[in-house]
Amino acid sequence: MRLELKGITKRFGTFTANDSIDLLVESGSVHALLGENGAGKSTLMNVLFGLYDADEGEILLDGEPANFVGPGDAMAAGIGMVHQHFMLVHPFTVAENVMLGHEDVRGPAKLLDLEAARAKVKEISDRFNFDVDPDAVIEDLPVGAQQRVEIIKALSRDAQVLILDEPTAVLTPQETDELLGIVKDLRDAGTAVVLITHKLREVKAVADTITVIRRGKVVGTAEPTASQEELASLMVGRDVSMTVDKEDATPGDVVLEVRDLAVVDEAGIARLNSVSFDVHRGEILAIAGVQGNGQTELTEALLGLEKATAGRAVLDGEIITGRSIKDVLMAGLGFVPEDRTEHGIVADMTIANNLILDLHDQPPYAKGVALQPGVIADEARKHVEAFDVRTTGIGQTAGSLSGGNQQKVVLARELSRPLKLLIASNPTRGLDVGSIEFVHKRIIAERDSGAGVIIVSSELDEVVALADRIAVMYHGDIVGIVPPDTDRDTLGLMMAGAHEEEAA
Amino acid sequence: MTATAVEAPEAQPAAAVEKPLSWKMPLLLGSVGILSFIFFGLMTPGGGATTTFVLSRSGDLFTIPAFDVPSQPVAIALTLAATALAALSAWGVRNRRQFGVWLPSTVGLLVVLAVLVWAGAGKTATSIQITGLLIGTVVLAVPLVFGSLAGMLCERSGIINIAIEGQLLAGAFLAALVGGAVASATGSDAVGAYAGLIAAPLAGALVGAALTLFAVKYWVNQIVVGVVLNVLVVGLTNFFFGTLMKNNPELNRAIGLPDLPIPLLSKIPVLGPVLFDQNILVYSMYVIVAVLNVMLFRSRWGLRMRAVGEHPKAADTVGIKVNRTRVRNTILGGAVAGFGGAFFTVASGLAFNKEMTGGKGYIALAAMILGRWSPKGALAAALLFGFADSLREQFGIIGTAIPSQFLAMLPYLATIFAVAGLVGHVRPPAAEGIPYKK
Repeated sequence: MRLELKGITKRFGTFTANDSIDLLVESGSVHALLGENGAGKSTLMNVLFGLYDADEGEILLDGEPANFVGPGDAMAAGIGMVHQHFMLVHPFTVAENVMLGHEDVRGPAKLLDLEAARAKVKEISDRFNFDVDPDAVIEDLPVGAQQRVEIIKALSRDAQVLILDEPTAVLTPQETDELLGIVKDLRDAGTAVVLITHKLREVKAVADTITVIRRGKVVGTAEPTASQEELASLMVGRDVSMTVDKEDATPGDVVLEVRDLAVVDEAGIARLNSVSFDVHRGEILAIAGVQGNGQTELTEALLGLEKATAGRAVLDGEIITGRSIKDVLMAGLGFVPEDRTEHGIVADMTIANNLILDLHDQPPYAKGVALQPGVIADEARKHVEAFDVRTTGIGQTAGSLSGGNQQKVVLARELSRPLKLLIASNPTRGLDVGSIEFVHKRIIAERDSGAGVIIVSSELDEVVALADRIAVMYHGDIVGIVPPDTDRDTLGLMMAGAHEEEAA
Repeated sequence: MTATAVEAPEAQPAAAVEKPLSWKMPLLLGSVGILSFIFFGLMTPGGGATTTFVLSRSGDLFTIPAFDVPSQPVAIALTLAATALAALSAWGVRNRRQFGVWLPSTVGLLVVLAVLVWAGAGKTATSIQITGLLIGTVVLAVPLVFGSLAGMLCERSGIINIAIEGQLLAGAFLAALVGGAVASATGSDAVGAYAGLIAAPLAGALVGAALTLFAVKYWVNQIVVGVVLNVLVVGLTNFFFGTLMKNNPELNRAIGLPDLPIPLLSKIPVLGPVLFDQNILVYSMYVIVAVLNVMLFRSRWGLRMRAVGEHPKAADTVGIKVNRTRVRNTILGGAVAGFGGAFFTVASGLAFNKEMTGGKGYIALAAMILGRWSPKGALAAALLFGFADSLREQFGIIGTAIPSQFLAMLPYLATIFAVAGLVGHVRPPAAEGIPYKK
């Protein structure tokens, strides 16, 4: 099958997400769609999949114009999509998810033919060595397996074109390799694969053709033989350095001491399993691991957002577990939460007010019960300037800023106090390359000024770039703390639960 | 500072971290056990007083003789057994052993039996009518079953239905109105009652349609819409009750669905009168619960409905029309509740009265949660609440030292205990109450 997009334009209000994009996808090849977050890749694929209507342009299938009103039409035409956020019903089994929407029924009562669905899952699973149990319930499966279920879903509808939207965002390095292997198998079986990503390594590993999108426009095509630097500059629009410049750490004495810290959730499951480690002044301890292995619980327990069931954390001689969040912040802990829209900013408040959320009741921002708007505005202007927040003014609501600028507001607030320890969870998630560079520089500057830093990141590249030591978490345990020059394969195995000596 | 504190340990042996022990359940059961031992065990009159239990009715195929039990020893034994089970539960917590739901259920049953022994102690004129108690249980559970099925149909597809109360009331009203009109036109009460029963779902469906219009089309908060609809139905039915029905008394008469005893089966002692000597509404309830239980989990309709309630976007991406599914199931749910509303009027042989549903819609909501959004579970939960209600009626007949106002609280107390204590951690459909916006 030959799928062609011609002059696709999609606008949201005054914002043009896709500006007359042309794309050609052919059977038996892998077409990579490369671009930064917000470049318009996902919008384009949602147009193709019938979730959005294009304002202009047409979709041609084998030369025939196609008009998709909904995803049902796209699927009937042989287009399957694996969304970045999986479209799986969690309490359902694999077979139920695969059959959903095109269920076979049998018998006079027209009850679901689960047998047929199981057989179908088994057949596809065996064909590509997916190792998926049709009767497993989705919420019990690891993300890698969930993704394979999504692929089975698409293939069970005879998808000729398979769109994978940021498929490796949630995978361990090993799972990523497996997925890339699957992509190659699918291509060899004649499927056209569209791979949407911003990760250059993957593009180079599997793509046959590369189309680069920037700000809603196709800015060029590239060969898989192009270097990472070439691809990156095409994607960003300027030369970018792929490495983070930093001096070697000069660690001082211990600033944070964590001993047997544990968090048990409502259901009695240990989310954090008695972890112990130290962070020194002037070093960055990066916590690597696949999302959901206790990193969130660890950082939130340190701040006091989550109650520690057992154990203690000592910040510069002061016990911080069991204290109020305010005490912990005042003790010199800075916290950049992983979900900045949820926990980092108050979207409907102004930038100026967001900048003083932590200090609003302290002089000079408050005098008695009254806020001091003049002082707050002056300080806000200084921060906006120093952190290069791109805004129309400090009275703009924080929610109307782009992700990168919101993150700069959060950083500006947290770094404006004298810190002994900075905790930043996925500080660059969803940011463009320019903002990432900025955030990284600021974090390193904080380290060099003598604070201890904990970075939690599910992006191995970021971990390796920033860390002075790497702690790998798996199922609520720290499986090991290793030096930053540990090779990726070892880290990957540790992220899957192997201890350092087994992984090396 | 010691050297070990400076050197960070590399990896720790995974020390087992466990949840702190929760003593909630043993404490609750223990206090229930001990209090009932004091009030119903020790305070039951001794000195040879007996309690009579009657199982059979005249007309049964064979007769189970009534039996007397010595009141005080039996009441003490029952409450001590309940206390012992509470101790077992405490032992279980201590040793991290899980017991199923049977333990609190058995404690409840033992205490209820002790209360019955206490209530009937030394009374020679009255006896405990077990069959009557159970008939009451089934009958009083009927509106709760229909109400919770209605709530389930809506919530499984993602719409919160607080308007069950209004749907029941609308059903009760229209059943009485149509029943009265048809009865006076045809001259047959039975025909009128059946006509009322057929009309009742329409009223409920109409309320359901209003709910879905505001919830799906205008994205109004579904709890608010539901509450407003309840108030609206109360207002409308009160208005028509005070005008139309008052001016035309023939439109609101006490007409009843005939009982349809199933031959032979209805003659089985205890079971017969409880299950097989009922009217068509109760028989339909059996069928609807059974059919829905199969359809919800094993049909295409059920699978799609559940998908829409759990993850509407996933349903959309496989070509399921999310909002259409929600609209249809909410209207269907309304119709089911409306049908159940007929219980209050034509199925009970009563005329319509102001606000006669008396909060049953809210208890139905609790039954739905207790039954974990499944038809089977809703039936069981509704029977539990029906039993509490029936117990209250029995006590009224026997006459006890407990003031009737307190007895009237019994079903609601049972509801609170059941929802707070027995339910534990339940998970509602993930997308319920959230409008699906593209």
